[in-house]
Amino acid sequence: MASSTTSTARSRFLSLEFILGAFLTGTICLAVLFADVLFPGGFDRIDLMARLTPPFVDAAHPLGTDPLGRDVLARVVAGGRISLTVGFVSVAGAVVIGVLMGLVAGYYRGFWDMVLMRFADVQLALPFILLAITFIAILGGSLTNTIILLIVSQWVQYARLVRGSVLALRDREFILSAQAIGVRDRRIIFQHLLPNLLGPVIVLMTLNVATNILLESSLTFLGLGVDPTIPSWGGMLADGRTYLQLAWWVSVFPGLAILLTVLGLNLLGDWLRDSLDPTGRTSR
Amino acid sequence: MAGFLIKRVLQAIFVVIVVTLVVSFAIRLTGDPALMLTQGAGSVTEEDLQRIRTALGVDQPFLVQYFSFLKGLLTLDFGRSFLGGTPVSRLIADALPATLLLAFISMVVSIVLSIPLGIKAATTRGKWADQAIRILSLVGLSFPNFWLAIMLVLLFSVTLNWLPPSGMGGIESYIMPAVTMGVILTATNVRLVRTAMLETLQSQYIMVARAKGLSESKVLYKHALRNCAIPLITYFGLQFGGLLGGIVVIERVFNWPGMGTLAFDAVGARDYPVLQAVITVLALLIIGINLIVDIAYGLVDPRIRTE
Repeated sequence: MASSTTSTARSRFLSLEFILGAFLTGTICLAVLFADVLFPGGFDRIDLMARLTPPFVDAAHPLGTDPLGRDVLARVVAGGRISLTVGFVSVAGAVVIGVLMGLVAGYYRGFWDMVLMRFADVQLALPFILLAITFIAILGGSLTNTIILLIVSQWVQYARLVRGSVLALRDREFILSAQAIGVRDRRIIFQHLLPNLLGPVIVLMTLNVATNILLESSLTFLGLGVDPTIPSWGGMLADGRTYLQLAWWVSVFPGLAILLTVLGLNLLGDWLRDSLDPTGRTSR
Repeated sequence: MAGFLIKRVLQAIFVVIVVTLVVSFAIRLTGDPALMLTQGAGSVTEEDLQRIRTALGVDQPFLVQYFSFLKGLLTLDFGRSFLGGTPVSRLIADALPATLLLAFISMVVSIVLSIPLGIKAATTRGKWADQAIRILSLVGLSFPNFWLAIMLVLLFSVTLNWLPPSGMGGIESYIMPAVTMGVILTATNVRLVRTAMLETLQSQYIMVARAKGLSESKVLYKHALRNCAIPLITYFGLQFGGLLGGIVVIERVFNWPGMGTLAFDAVGARDYPVLQAVITVLALLIIGINLIVDIAYGLVDPRIRTE
């Protein structure tokens, strides 16, 4: 073990991690939730007189304007809706499917266990971006398709994590004694196993919201994700890139928004891992 | 050992079958290629369409088409591009080296950066250097790769005019793409190296090496690093899939003439034979590398075989 001095240094650092992570995530979520209140003018108001205003010059447009004179700050905040929606909804979907599959596979082994492990092999061979290019090229990009693809490609991670935890728990005495006194399987799974393996799942969820925000923005940047007429961080970056020489700020701020959101979630995830998953099953 | 080998190879074959089935099936969802090919071609009779379908083989049942695709795969014949009729295998032969080269250089960049940084973090555990490396790695993990690429272009091409913003040419054109992917990989790898080193540094042979009075660099790089090399190489190998996914995205930013660019052009032009071949080849590469890593790990570490 580390000496006492390093462990206090570490715990102070951990709380710093938590404060910074919670601050970033909280501020961004609040700003996005209250976008309509913060920017009553909306994000789509075109003001050709104020085209390409640089940032930090005009108090009405603190982060400048794009080539149509639309306020960059308002658009960045509005774009957060897409990213946060995709991030949270896709993780929620993947968790429900993955945890159920992992519980069944780990508790009953046999057929479902084999199906799950082969699924995991397939998932490893087809990274999300490749899967997305294949299906979205065909089905067309949309918010729903992006979320569905993220769920399809990520539920396996939860299933494997849960399966591993169940395998470690199923021969423990409290489970064996529950079985011995005739508790039904469903009750054992949901009341005895599930609460004991939630820690690592919560850690993985936090980190995956971050990952999925990154993946959605890449996909939209490539023109395969969310409808380009809706403001989103990836879409704004794809637009901004075409006039990078004219207006750097249009490409800098949406990217910074992604970075800070993802960083906030990663900080929280790291902090949660140290508190909820000390054995490091979710380490990366 | 033979049992382990056979099992792993069979698993890989199964994955190949599933992946090729999924991709072929997805491609068939697109609709009638004869209609797509003749779009805007003026008067086209039903007979013409039927002839095109027969020529392309798309009037066959799905499984027949799938098996002929598999047969083509074995002979590296992926048919012809809908656009201009170039053999798809030639397009792949042009694009694949560009992507693999970039993957290789990025991997080298990340190993060169992450091993010393990871060792530094492990040996200064809990001190400021470790914290700084940890924070930096978290920031790196949070970077959207394509945005990092755009920011590098903004700095080194638009503002400083030092490096070409796009294309594949002289050695200077490799710098930004390789640094983008290298830095992002390093963010993950630093943590892996740090964790592996922390475990190794606690073992008794390291204490013995130190007690013998070996220099610290010898202890770290000769004894400790060698002993965690095997798990690290495995991790690096398993990253290949993610790395390829990342490269496919940033090829778009740098107009790099690789598999990603080929795939996106194919998506835009609805050139499905090309798209199918690109995705299949990339997936096969990932499966192959994972298999090699798995088998190699099983060879060096017998404990893995019984898992």
